[in-house]
Amino acid sequence: MDKPAISIRGLTRRFDDLVAVRDLSLDVASGELLGLVGPDGAGKTTTLRMLAGVLPPSEGDAIVLGQSIATRPEAMKSDIAYMSQRFGLYQDLTVRENIEFYADLYAVPRVDLPDRIERLYAFSRLGPFERRLAGDLSGGMKQKLGLCCALVHRPRLLLLDEPTFGVDPISRRDLWLIIHERIAGGTTAIVSTAYMEEAERCDRVAFLHEGRLVGLDEPRALQGSLGADVVELEVDRPRQALVELARSPLVRSATPFGDSLRLVLRREADWSAVRAALEAAGLRIARADAARPSLEDVFVELVRRMDEARP
Amino acid sequence: MTRLSPFRIGQIVRKEVRQLFRDPRSRPILFVAPLIQLLLFGYAVNTDVRNTPMAVLDHDRSAASRRLIDAMEAAGYFDVVHAADRSAELVEYLDRGRATVVLEIPPRFGRDLAAGQPARIQLLLDGTDSNTGTVALGYARRIVLAFGLEEGGRLELLEAGPRLEPRAWFNPALESRTYNVPGVIGILLTLMCLLLTAFSVVRERELGTLDQLRVSPVRPAELILGKTIPVTIVALVDLALITAVARVWFGIPFRGSLMVLLVVSLLFIISGLAAGLLISTVSKTQQEAFLTMYLVLLPSIMFSGFFFPIHSMPELFQWLSYINPLRYFMEIVRALFLKGAGAAELWPQFGALLLIGMVALGWAIRRFARSIA
Repeated sequence: MDKPAISIRGLTRRFDDLVAVRDLSLDVASGELLGLVGPDGAGKTTTLRMLAGVLPPSEGDAIVLGQSIATRPEAMKSDIAYMSQRFGLYQDLTVRENIEFYADLYAVPRVDLPDRIERLYAFSRLGPFERRLAGDLSGGMKQKLGLCCALVHRPRLLLLDEPTFGVDPISRRDLWLIIHERIAGGTTAIVSTAYMEEAERCDRVAFLHEGRLVGLDEPRALQGSLGADVVELEVDRPRQALVELARSPLVRSATPFGDSLRLVLRREADWSAVRAALEAAGLRIARADAARPSLEDVFVELVRRMDEARP
Repeated sequence: MTRLSPFRIGQIVRKEVRQLFRDPRSRPILFVAPLIQLLLFGYAVNTDVRNTPMAVLDHDRSAASRRLIDAMEAAGYFDVVHAADRSAELVEYLDRGRATVVLEIPPRFGRDLAAGQPARIQLLLDGTDSNTGTVALGYARRIVLAFGLEEGGRLELLEAGPRLEPRAWFNPALESRTYNVPGVIGILLTLMCLLLTAFSVVRERELGTLDQLRVSPVRPAELILGKTIPVTIVALVDLALITAVARVWFGIPFRGSLMVLLVVSLLFIISGLAAGLLISTVSKTQQEAFLTMYLVLLPSIMFSGFFFPIHSMPELFQWLSYINPLRYFMEIVRALFLKGAGAAELWPQFGALLLIGMVALGWAIRRFARSIA
């Protein structure tokens, strides 16, 4: 295996009394797409800002593209792209002027620029709007323009902080297309998101909770690690079933899911026992299928285990 | 440490200029607003006392008393707005502010004057505006004095002994405009530097573009240069514009050297840019920047000698005014326009401006670099 693009060791960041990121250690391979997943306040933004070299760590270090962020935070700036949740665009400059300005900051050769911009337009579909002021774009288009600006200097590493936050589904798909195209071209990326379904698009997922790493693996491996059964259930009286299930010691959670119910069983529990209990309560089960655990199920379980392990 | 990149600085300058001229709201601020302010100061801010409303009660109604009233009016300093019949009317006019000055001429005024007896008149002044009051009193004294001499009689104010014949140099007519308009240059340059510098930084902070610049290879020094060069250019264009209008439109004499004016303005602009950068480091939003700007702008105008002479301020404020670059700039610009002074006479002010500018700039750069790092 190549040397990792990022090697994080014991990375910690405190803000006064608050520990935003606690003793984080992980490697990101070159060309890998890592999803940084967790709720608000989990430490995603703090982690990305430290890796981008704009926030010094309180303890620990990370070697990003061969440079230490603790001692040489400026060294790798021209090789990375950091995109904050709300990418800063000059509202009174046009789409093209914004891209050109960011290209100039990174000293992209002028001769290469038209070609690069065309490629970015091809994926972002911003070409027809290139003369429009950035301030007049819709939210999704703004975000796509932000990504284009961040990518125009062909960074070797992308650090994207919730790039799809508040973006419509079509634009969201476009954004992921652009990211995947870059990964295919050999770029490494860390993308943070609070959307679990987006995490499945990543090579590996790092779950963060209250500044701690609670899980790190490929999405499928994580789903397999739950060690509990997930059942999708159709029943004649779902409301009454929910009440019954909430009382059951065998069921960890039961949530309505469209017309059906989604159950996560306790690890030691057996579906047939739960089924028997429901039928004993007079409910008629129309359908019951074993389902793949979602990443959300896994995350909730990992957080629960972490809380249990804590004194 | 990598070297500063002239290319990157150039690109930032280009972007700043583009933004300055694109925004339809900011365009007029650059050149039109300074001109309007100059016209306002040139015309409206007038501390000359003319056409002061005066009410008169003439108990005497003699030829002599009428000549005195005519003399009061003739110089253009007083306008008789009311001829009263009773003393109570005079008081009422003063109370209501319909007259600033009231003149009461006693009976026997003409007779006393003709007989060479001491003739007395009473002048009451509205002292609410002490400045106008004092000046009006001075005018009235002079008129009465001249009147007494002419009539050959004895007016109470007329005394024997040496007489003072004042003559004002550099501004012989003692016109306030001649004094004010050059001073406006300092105020407008301060305003432009503070406003444009602070806002161009704070706006980027609000938009989040400053964050994006931080993760880019742009260095703080490059950013500072990229932001201040366009402001300097705008300020210099304004300087040329204002100087030309002052000279041509208001006919203010310019007796010094334009080269000296340019050099001293550049020195002064440095302090303005530094103050603008400092404001930007303490302001998160444009509103905050605006308020902070006023906190800086108002005292610097107050303690510059623009409105009030510094030597009549309490000592503490006189000391404070020594760190105010506008104070030195005012002195230099007025001396340049009116006295034709050059570097030989003005070097202490030059030195002070240079020192303040360098200290402020050094401080601003350090703070700014820290605020974005």
